[in-house]
Amino acid sequence: MKKLVALACITATSVAALSGCGSSESSNGEVIVYNWGEYIDPDVLEMFEEETGIKVVYDEYETNETMYPKVEAGAAQYDLVCPSDYMIDKMIEKGLVQELNFDNIPNAKQYIGEQYYEQSKEFDPENKYSIPYCWGTVGILYNQTMVSEPITSWDVLWDAQYENNILMQDSVRDAFMVALKRNGNSMNSTDDAELNAAKDALIEQKPLVQAYVVDQVRDKMIGNEAAIGVIYSGEAIYTQRENSDLVYVIPEEGTNVWIDSWVMLKDAPNKENAEKFLDFLCRPEIALKNFEYITYSTPNTGAQELIEDEDIKNSPIAFPDLSQYNNIETFQYLGEEFDEKLNELWKQVKSN
Amino acid sequence: MNKKWLATPYLFWAVAFIVIPLLMVVYYGMTDKTGAFTWENVIAITSPEHVKALMLSLLLSLISTIICLLLAYPLAMILVAKHASKTSFIVMLFILPMWMNFLLRTLAWQTLLEKNGVLNGILSFLHLPALNLINTPGAIILGMVYNFLPFMVLPIYNVLAKIDINVINAARDLGANGIQTFLKITLPLSFPGIASGITMVFVPALTTFVISTLLGGSKILLIGNVIEQEFTTASNWHLGSGLSLVLMIFVLLSMVISSFFDKDGEGAAL
Repeated sequence: MKKLVALACITATSVAALSGCGSSESSNGEVIVYNWGEYIDPDVLEMFEEETGIKVVYDEYETNETMYPKVEAGAAQYDLVCPSDYMIDKMIEKGLVQELNFDNIPNAKQYIGEQYYEQSKEFDPENKYSIPYCWGTVGILYNQTMVSEPITSWDVLWDAQYENNILMQDSVRDAFMVALKRNGNSMNSTDDAELNAAKDALIEQKPLVQAYVVDQVRDKMIGNEAAIGVIYSGEAIYTQRENSDLVYVIPEEGTNVWIDSWVMLKDAPNKENAEKFLDFLCRPEIALKNFEYITYSTPNTGAQELIEDEDIKNSPIAFPDLSQYNNIETFQYLGEEFDEKLNELWKQVKSN
Repeated sequence: MNKKWLATPYLFWAVAFIVIPLLMVVYYGMTDKTGAFTWENVIAITSPEHVKALMLSLLLSLISTIICLLLAYPLAMILVAKHASKTSFIVMLFILPMWMNFLLRTLAWQTLLEKNGVLNGILSFLHLPALNLINTPGAIILGMVYNFLPFMVLPIYNVLAKIDINVINAARDLGANGIQTFLKITLPLSFPGIASGITMVFVPALTTFVISTLLGGSKILLIGNVIEQEFTTASNWHLGSGLSLVLMIFVLLSMVISSFFDKDGEGAAL
């Protein structure tokens, strides 16, 4: 979800572009896809082109926020985009996406687990616009050799004994999610008092924080640079593979369950091809291939069945049983004014 | 000069990639989301967190400029005094790292300064206490000095190399000692180089956001970071442009001061 490795993006794009040129000059048209960087197995694109003769024009972005203005301006005409929950909410509200015809995408209903559609209702109330592609939680990754007791709560991020040993997420909503949840509030709170309390908590926490980072949490935790870090579950699997002392927990106060889903843009030029592409992606073996490549949890139950490694298949990190938590939420779009307010508060935290 | 037409491609380049983008920044900075004219984005610099970020940026870039000057001047003098072959070798040593990407070099410093980094590794090997180097203002200054030092050395070296040795010999002949010669002859003659060096270090240091993110752990908010975030995460291009305009005033100021000392653009000739 947040892999900002630009170099890899470029490589992936060029690989996709090259394979696009090589395999299909047929007349079946094209499909124009706009996805997160490093968020698909390049082989999958090639397989789709070979099978259907449809050329995939593939483009990548780093954050929801950089994707949005491009799509909104309509400067580049894309068919499919894969934004996160709250951004889909915003795009639906702004009328940028169109309803999907699930009759033409049978695999989407057959293989994507019902619980993920259920969770999607927070941003797509009638499940009309989006098909879940990847999902995960945000939690605490800690090094068990560097902490005094097992960690269960967000409170540990305010524990003075870990001064200079804490890595926080350097993104507005994730950071505020942590503080709001720790204070027992909803992470979609728009209440001024709650938001200010969260801001004060983050300011209070700042002296303990070693650094605010996004992707570097992964490398720093692997390299034993810090004891505790806030991280996306998809990265947790990878980090544990590299450093077995690391443990990932979902704190008891609850957390954010995020979903990145495919949506079709309002004036998608290649609607039929886009539907074929989505159906292809929802095939269990294709979803499995993608899961193995990007390591972020797949909502495709067919693919989950196919995973050979029992440890991963039953991993509570990759596939936590969400029903055991009663306080997990998904981000909602809360309006431009709210975004501005939150950014302002975040700036106050950072400049303090 | 009837070869002016040779400059036409540059003219197109300048208009397309300098003038038009600059006008866009002015447009965005002077309008709000509805497109109506406003001073608000510029006035926003007076809000406490922006003032703080700006002051911190000014302070850190000033300190690194001074350090660069103190390091670069003696080095430039040594370079001038050496034989040509040795000089080009040392200049080469200075320019060589610049062939490598600026981001990579800064990331390398991260690895050196980290808690379990190379420096602390050496210290612990020597049974010395570990130092907390990374994510401090000091680390940011180090990053600035390291990255921008060549921009100070080269203009000063250029100017010093051009000083006629006979002028210095004349001063010595007329009874000036080494210190007097330096203060009354060499130093004043090298002002253009110093001025251009100061601009070339101060301006990028003032506007950087990469160094503070990588070596400051995003804990230290510089004005460059504020502007960058307005564009990337807050998607408020208007505020970002407004603050950029304010920053441009400081950049222009430092260039005016520099050109006052460097009237012939001697120091700028790299």
